[in-house]
Amino acid sequence: MSLKDKLLSSFFVFEDQVDVNNDVHKLRNEALKLFEAKGFPTKKDEAWKYTSLNSLLKEDYSIFPKKEEALEYKEVKKYFIHDIDTYTIVFVDGIYASHLSQTTHDKFHACLMSSALTKTQYKPIIDNYFNKIAPKDSSLNALNTAFSKEGAFIYIPKNVMVDKPIQILNFSTGNESALLIQPRNLVVVEENSHVQIIERHQSLTENPVLTNSVTEIFAEKRAMVDYYKIQNDKASASLIDNTFIEQQQESNCAVHTFSLGGKLTRNNLNFYQKGEYIDSTLKGVTIIEGKQHVDHNTLVHHAQPNCESHQDYKGIYDDKSVGVFNGKVYVEKVAQKINAYQSNNNILVDDKATINSKPQLEIFADDVRCSHGCTIGQLDEEALFYLKSRGIPEKEGKALLMYAFANNVLESVKIPELKKRINLLIAKKLNVDLGFDL
Amino acid sequence: MLKIKNLHASVEDKEILKGINLEINPGEVHAIMGPNGSGKSTLASVIAGKEDFEVTDGEIILENEEISELEADERAHKGIFLSFQYPVEIPGVTVTNFMKTAINETRKAKGLEEMPASEMLKKIREKSELLEMDRKFLSRSLNEGFSGGEKKRNEIFQMAMLEPKLAILDETDSGLDIDALRVVSNGVNKLRNKDNAVLVITHYQRLLNYIEPDFVHVLLNGKIVKSGTKELALKLEEQGYDWLKKEAVND
Repeated sequence: MSLKDKLLSSFFVFEDQVDVNNDVHKLRNEALKLFEAKGFPTKKDEAWKYTSLNSLLKEDYSIFPKKEEALEYKEVKKYFIHDIDTYTIVFVDGIYASHLSQTTHDKFHACLMSSALTKTQYKPIIDNYFNKIAPKDSSLNALNTAFSKEGAFIYIPKNVMVDKPIQILNFSTGNESALLIQPRNLVVVEENSHVQIIERHQSLTENPVLTNSVTEIFAEKRAMVDYYKIQNDKASASLIDNTFIEQQQESNCAVHTFSLGGKLTRNNLNFYQKGEYIDSTLKGVTIIEGKQHVDHNTLVHHAQPNCESHQDYKGIYDDKSVGVFNGKVYVEKVAQKINAYQSNNNILVDDKATINSKPQLEIFADDVRCSHGCTIGQLDEEALFYLKSRGIPEKEGKALLMYAFANNVLESVKIPELKKRINLLIAKKLNVDLGFDL
Repeated sequence: MLKIKNLHASVEDKEILKGINLEINPGEVHAIMGPNGSGKSTLASVIAGKEDFEVTDGEIILENEEISELEADERAHKGIFLSFQYPVEIPGVTVTNFMKTAINETRKAKGLEEMPASEMLKKIREKSELLEMDRKFLSRSLNEGFSGGEKKRNEIFQMAMLEPKLAILDETDSGLDIDALRVVSNGVNKLRNKDNAVLVITHYQRLLNYIEPDFVHVLLNGKIVKSGTKELALKLEEQGYDWLKKEAVND
């Protein structure tokens, strides 16, 4: 049975686990129909031209993990940003792990999608925001929506500065021989509120794991959302991350994506600007090797005047790894005086590595500043000679240059401990001791 | 200390150095002058080990060891330093971290332990004072956004930190105003001693007022056509290179 058929037939089992009289279940049913009609994307779809899911879809994934695996904090501590105080929402094989989580707070709500979908207290929020910006025509979103049940639900009411970052961690244990996880997250940040979120998917097994995650983020007037994605998973784990952000007037949202591991990673990241004086930032560092594959598919939709967007993606590709950057900027006719900046710089360390970079600008306004630049190259030989002439050997010199190349993306990371951690991950990834504290 | 014998070097089959002979002893300062395109910077790069150039004939001997097959970093470990005409900008790596890496890699190559942090800091403080550098400068990204003068000052600071046996200063005076020239030359002069040597490569005589050479060599079309003392530099300043070109033709 194909994975699609398996999913379709599993829906009846899924319906036993949820409240089918809930309004959300109508959305699930509609979504399932769309998934049934469209199926998984193939390379014939323009947006999937360079990324094939075929090899992932062959696995016989479990769709409903049987039980929560008992994980000890000490086993997984290293995957947390643990040297600072944070709120944590932890899932193990898609099931909430309360003993690993820390969500005690009184000014805002950080809880589970499963409770948000059932408690009347949260009904207005769900009615207002759930599945409102996830594109309806995407079969992967539809698949996630059809099976939406669990994930992080973060609701920050007006005028709240969340005092600590919130970490969302998704572990998979290998309890099942192959596992499909579909987290569904919703983040609503009301007027003048601020939040920082760190999201990580981490497999603890060599068994195949496929995560198809959907996160909807709403930033109301003057809200600030600072979101970090750490993608440093095992070579057996793949991730399709669908993140959609809607911003209102004067809000400021940034998403940093660090793609350092995993088998196949696809990031669909869409920003929709719905008011004036909005600032959107999309930054990414990709460092991969072997046969790893990372695909960044971004959209910034400028629908109002006087807004800004900044995209800066850097990639370092070794061996036979493949990178894709497809960055679309859409500027509507009314969106005058906007400033949209896009940059994608890549280094191919091995001549067998590949990067497919495709900027796509669709501009219907006439008084705007849009710039884009894309470079693909090798390391600067003159710079390498400079380092060698100071006694730094070639291997270390190359690592230092790669580090320097990726570094300016890190400058805008606002959590110092996270910045330090990413720095260490990058140094480790480049397999070198740079001789100084990162 | 350094003996260069009949050195020929090419880039992409074009011969740039056509038989250079040069001997530099400890404690000496040599200057190489010459017009644009004479091969001055190539000579500096070839001694330092830049791979773009192929040594087709001749020898480069540092303290009785032939080094022309060594990598640039290995030459640096043996005490060769090149102050770049155009230092490269490396964003994200601070001057301090860069120096720590360079010093500790050199120590590692010599089988020494890493320099203790306190000693490193003391050394950085001393040497930055020698070059009259602002402390803030040390935590900036290497050469990024530095003015021409700051870049050259930073080069000499690196020289002070690495304490090379042979320092090659490639057009160190270019882009410097008088104050920066004074600071940079003072730095070089204070670093001079009986055991090290300096090779100054320059287009103009100006720098040689500050760093006094024991010998001056004129490079024309890939060959040293004349050698002398510092008076030769003055004559070049007054009369240019044309008389030497004629002499070379007449030879």
